[in-house]
Amino acid sequence: MVDFLITTVGLPPWLAWTAAAGLAAFLILNVIAGGALVFIWAERKIAARIQDRLGPTRTGGRFGWLQSLADGIKLLAKEDLMPEGADPLLFRIAPYVSFCASFCAFIALPFAFDFVGLRLNVAVFFVIAVLGLEVFGVILAGYASASKWSLFGAMREAAQVVSYEVPLGMCVVVPVMLAGSMDLVTIGEKQAGWFTNWFLFHDPFTFVIFWVYVTCAVASVNRAPFDLAEAESELVAGFHTEYSGLRWSFFFMAEYGSMFLVSALAAVLFMGGWNGPIPVAALLGLSEGTGDTAGYFVRLLGMVNLLGKATLGVLIMMWIRWTLPRLRIDQVMTTCLKYCTPIAAAMFAGAMLWQLALPGGLVAGLSRPSAHVREGWLQESGHGPAAALADPAGDMAGMGGSR
Amino acid sequence: MIGNFVQPCLAGLLSDPVSVTHYLVVGAILFVSGVACMAMKRNALGVLMGIELVLNGANVNFVAFASPWLQGAGARSLGLDGQVIALFVILLAAAEAAVALAITLNFYNNHSTVDIDRADDLKG
Amino acid sequence: MTPFVTSLLGVVPAAAVVASLNWHTLFFLLFAALACGFAVAVAAADNIVRMALYLILSLGATAGLFFLAGAEFVGAMQLMIYVGGTLVLLVFGVMLTAQSPFVSMRSSAGDRVLAGVAAVALLAVLLQAAFSVESWRRPASGVVDQPAATPLGMALVGLRVDEPSAGAPVDAVRSGYLLPFEIVSIHLLVVLVGAAYLARAKRRKTPRSIEVVASVEPPASVAEHAAIGRDAGRRGSSVLTGGGA
Repeated sequence: MVDFLITTVGLPPWLAWTAAAGLAAFLILNVIAGGALVFIWAERKIAARIQDRLGPTRTGGRFGWLQSLADGIKLLAKEDLMPEGADPLLFRIAPYVSFCASFCAFIALPFAFDFVGLRLNVAVFFVIAVLGLEVFGVILAGYASASKWSLFGAMREAAQVVSYEVPLGMCVVVPVMLAGSMDLVTIGEKQAGWFTNWFLFHDPFTFVIFWVYVTCAVASVNRAPFDLAEAESELVAGFHTEYSGLRWSFFFMAEYGSMFLVSALAAVLFMGGWNGPIPVAALLGLSEGTGDTAGYFVRLLGMVNLLGKATLGVLIMMWIRWTLPRLRIDQVMTTCLKYCTPIAAAMFAGAMLWQLALPGGLVAGLSRPSAHVREGWLQESGHGPAAALADPAGDMAGMGGSR
Repeated sequence: MIGNFVQPCLAGLLSDPVSVTHYLVVGAILFVSGVACMAMKRNALGVLMGIELVLNGANVNFVAFASPWLQGAGARSLGLDGQVIALFVILLAAAEAAVALAITLNFYNNHSTVDIDRADDLKG
Repeated sequence: MTPFVTSLLGVVPAAAVVASLNWHTLFFLLFAALACGFAVAVAAADNIVRMALYLILSLGATAGLFFLAGAEFVGAMQLMIYVGGTLVLLVFGVMLTAQSPFVSMRSSAGDRVLAGVAAVALLAVLLQAAFSVESWRRPASGVVDQPAATPLGMALVGLRVDEPSAGAPVDAVRSGYLLPFEIVSIHLLVVLVGAAYLARAKRRKTPRSIEVVASVEPPASVAEHAAIGRDAGRRGSSVLTGGGA
């Protein structure tokens, strides 16, 4: 896009870069804010249906689809209260810390082939790391509120998030290992083709570890049944007990943003990313890699695919929330340390061995292109390391990449 | 003399490319803040934070020396070695923080304070 | 379109300055100012919770510096392990001990002056060293174009693909980082066990080695606080209530 702005529109480079960055930030912000509006409405309808109610019906016509917008306007007009003993600075910035973490993680998330804010070669770690920073907003809010309920919520959150990052990291490493790259775009590309190419169906171990990932992802974004930080029946509203108005809504947007993010990450890592179950575009002879109109059209379809998968993930989280009862904090810790972590470790080892023995996946080599070394710098002929690598590469499939 | 020293630094502040020296200055300030923190804080956790700052200042230097495009044409960069050392420093800092925190909490449990000036049981 | 834009540039004098900027340098200065400013704030602040916040921001900005230096993996690791793990642990410790007398512990004026003098002297020496080498001040180019993550991963499993001289297999293994990597992982395991042992919930029958100061609450440890929900009212709250005051 920067090239387009410089060559076609004729902007100077600094203005082109700024404009491109601004546009990307604007689009991501809209995904979060618009997503929150839709998802809050969806959550209310789903909760109502599961509890045999109707949910919002009046605002905005038939299905009450304007309900969350009306709520947003109400929150804007609400009085912004701060408790007397609160730490003013920390109390004010806590919601923005949470929101910024959620927002920044979207930077490295690809929405379709090459539709990504910033293509990092460590994108997976970046997303997980930045998402983990969201906990600071919650801790600061809990401390600064000068309320027991808030502090309890914050302490629970700190313990929970730090613990769940361990199995979450292990789950994420498995697709990285299969793709041989930490770049999310590359990971998505590797799963192109029929749905049998998805890492979810790569081997039995990845299938199991996907469900571990789902559990840990739900826990790491604090959704029920792991929403100990805001357990309404015990802690009033947990860490955001003392918040109201716009600041409170920032916490909410951060929560829905993170939900969408972990779902999209699951889609990219395990469910083919922007590749649909059936490679319609490839069957029609179109390629997403080209820069012409057809290429962009295919990428747009891919984006619809990814957004659909991520939305499905969010809807499943809502379904879980309104179906399962909340765990106790010790049960949450037990789930993480005694079940998720050992299972993830065993599945990681299993996937590694499988990759070593059957590198082609479950349907060995039927639809997957045969092994090739991706990075150009390894292929340069006459270059010392390439020669050195050629031999170990064969039996190092598990570590070096997908071969 | 000080003018001679400062003038070339500020002249191209916004247009010169970043060099190793830039990173070294940042690393020095982090390191010195950490040392000051360790020297004067009475809270044990404050001292721990000073240690983290010192380690990070060292890390900035390693990363700066690791990247070849920050140095002059003739100079040889640390290359990958610098990054790996920085990585190990991060890992060991995590280990150090875990143990130091456990010690601090134990001290807090036994003495109900985190003031390091009161940790003088072994004083002869 | 182009003449229009250039005429716009002429109208706004600041725009010409902007056009001559080096964006890499600008972002470096931004992150450097954040890192240094908050580092100094850590040293200057008295409130332990504020110190923790400043430390988080300072180390986060340092991760940005790592990204700008082309060390993307180290930057991501800094965010994940340091900021996301170590500092959360630190904040956890701060919260556990944040009873009102310990939140703001002012250091004595003598300590401050002494630390300040030592810091300024040390800073002078370090800056002198930083500016002393000519080749450090003249970068070859500001372009970051080398993928660092994959060679780094290969180096950790013992293969140096970045150095052609390490071509022979035996030599490659020797010059890689497999052994340090294993040592560090064992070290981390030992530390994990040790920390868990130090911070474990004390049983009554275990004799305490250090004399307990009288007239205080029974000790509460990390392991118990991990299970706050279970005995929230009984023991956890006694420590936690002080935090808000």
